[in-house]
Amino acid sequence: MKITLTVNGSRRELEVDDRRLLADVLREELGLTGTKVGCSHGVCGSCTVHVDGRAVRSCIMLAVQADGRAVRTVEDLAAPDGTLHPLQQAFSEEHALQCGFCTPGFLMTALPAVEAGAPLDAGQARELVSGNICRCTGYDGIVGAVVRASAICAGAAASGAEAER
Amino acid sequence: MKPSPVTYHAPATVAEAVGLLAEHGDDAKVLGGGQSLLPLMNLRLAAPARLVDVTRIDGLGAIERRDGAFELGAAVRQAQAEDDAALAAACPLLAAALPHIAHREIRNAGTVCGSLAHGDAAAELPAVALALDAELVVHGPRGVRTVAADGFFRSFLETALEPDELLAVVRLPVAPPGSGAAFHELARRAGDFAIAGVGAQLTMRDGTVTEARVACIGVGAAPVRARAAEQALAGGRADERTIAQAARAAAAELEPSEDLHASAAFRRHAAETLMRRALHEAAARAESNGREAS
Repeated sequence: MKITLTVNGSRRELEVDDRRLLADVLREELGLTGTKVGCSHGVCGSCTVHVDGRAVRSCIMLAVQADGRAVRTVEDLAAPDGTLHPLQQAFSEEHALQCGFCTPGFLMTALPAVEAGAPLDAGQARELVSGNICRCTGYDGIVGAVVRASAICAGAAASGAEAER
Repeated sequence: MKPSPVTYHAPATVAEAVGLLAEHGDDAKVLGGGQSLLPLMNLRLAAPARLVDVTRIDGLGAIERRDGAFELGAAVRQAQAEDDAALAAACPLLAAALPHIAHREIRNAGTVCGSLAHGDAAAELPAVALALDAELVVHGPRGVRTVAADGFFRSFLETALEPDELLAVVRLPVAPPGSGAAFHELARRAGDFAIAGVGAQLTMRDGTVTEARVACIGVGAAPVRARAAEQALAGGRADERTIAQAARAAAAELEPSEDLHASAAFRRHAAETLMRRALHEAAARAESNGREAS
């Protein structure tokens, strides 16, 4: 079937086999290999991307189901000059990754709440990423990174509001 | 771990969807958010030749209050229901159950009607529909019929739906004033399927239970309405002793099966404990909501 996806802001027209998973189309057709496929049945969270602004599992969504929608992947987080998104920077500073395979999924899962501009405590951060599996870190670094990034984004939102006044 | 070849259809109307189902019968499967179906397809436990995506049908994406009930169309996502404050206030048992469904990323895609049509005995929404005496509006080539939740959930992944029928709308009755609800479950990991779970909605007036609605998951081939508990509670006070008696009576009637995760005796014990907790919490919320209303 012929589909149109807006991927990280660019409109892409694709001819895909109906059975193709969104994760595979992103990786293989569009070369966006940041999105990882771990368990292939929606349990590990490493394939998490945004469709129309909501975090979903791209391994249990067909590409045709996303026809006409906006898809955002981990490749969209860093600035074109390579400057990391505050959430990515916080993952680095808190040692929230080791092998890195699960990291794109954690980033895309945590991103909506972090960008919402309210600081999260450790309990909220843990709940937020509870659907993602990491086999390296033991999660403390990840929870710390989400807390740190949410505080930074909340601070930026507050000072932005201050500047507007 | 990839689906077998399949043809995807995205009908724009219920009539078109029903036409496709009538034409392809057993070869076709209705697709909601796909959060149960796609894992089964990836694992090749399901291999439908045709998928009929009902989430693009006009008019099925709405949550609407009509005649003492909330109507949720087949395209309504679980997260959309979770974020609807008017729905949460009117259907407190639904609001209590939704956060237990997997994780937010799954609820962003999964639909309310899809979960009901899938009919997993460990899933939360079938128990909510059963406890609330929900009505399911089913469209098929033979017309439209309304099916009561009591009788809809038949056995493991088996419902009253025929292969050529579509669950288009679920109608959830609005709770009377002074109602409160709670949903408690036991799972190995937050968001996993429940080993056992209990949903309870109580309505209280002047300290007396005027209506009790209780259902269990994970303890049989389909969700189970805990009528013994409801009868033990109705007309009395929701005190420690009555709640303990109600939970004991309901647990004694359960016939849970044994599997890798838990023995039958453990499941019965878990259901009784979870029911006590859910009833206490539902009663406290009902009393608090009753005070606010008066």
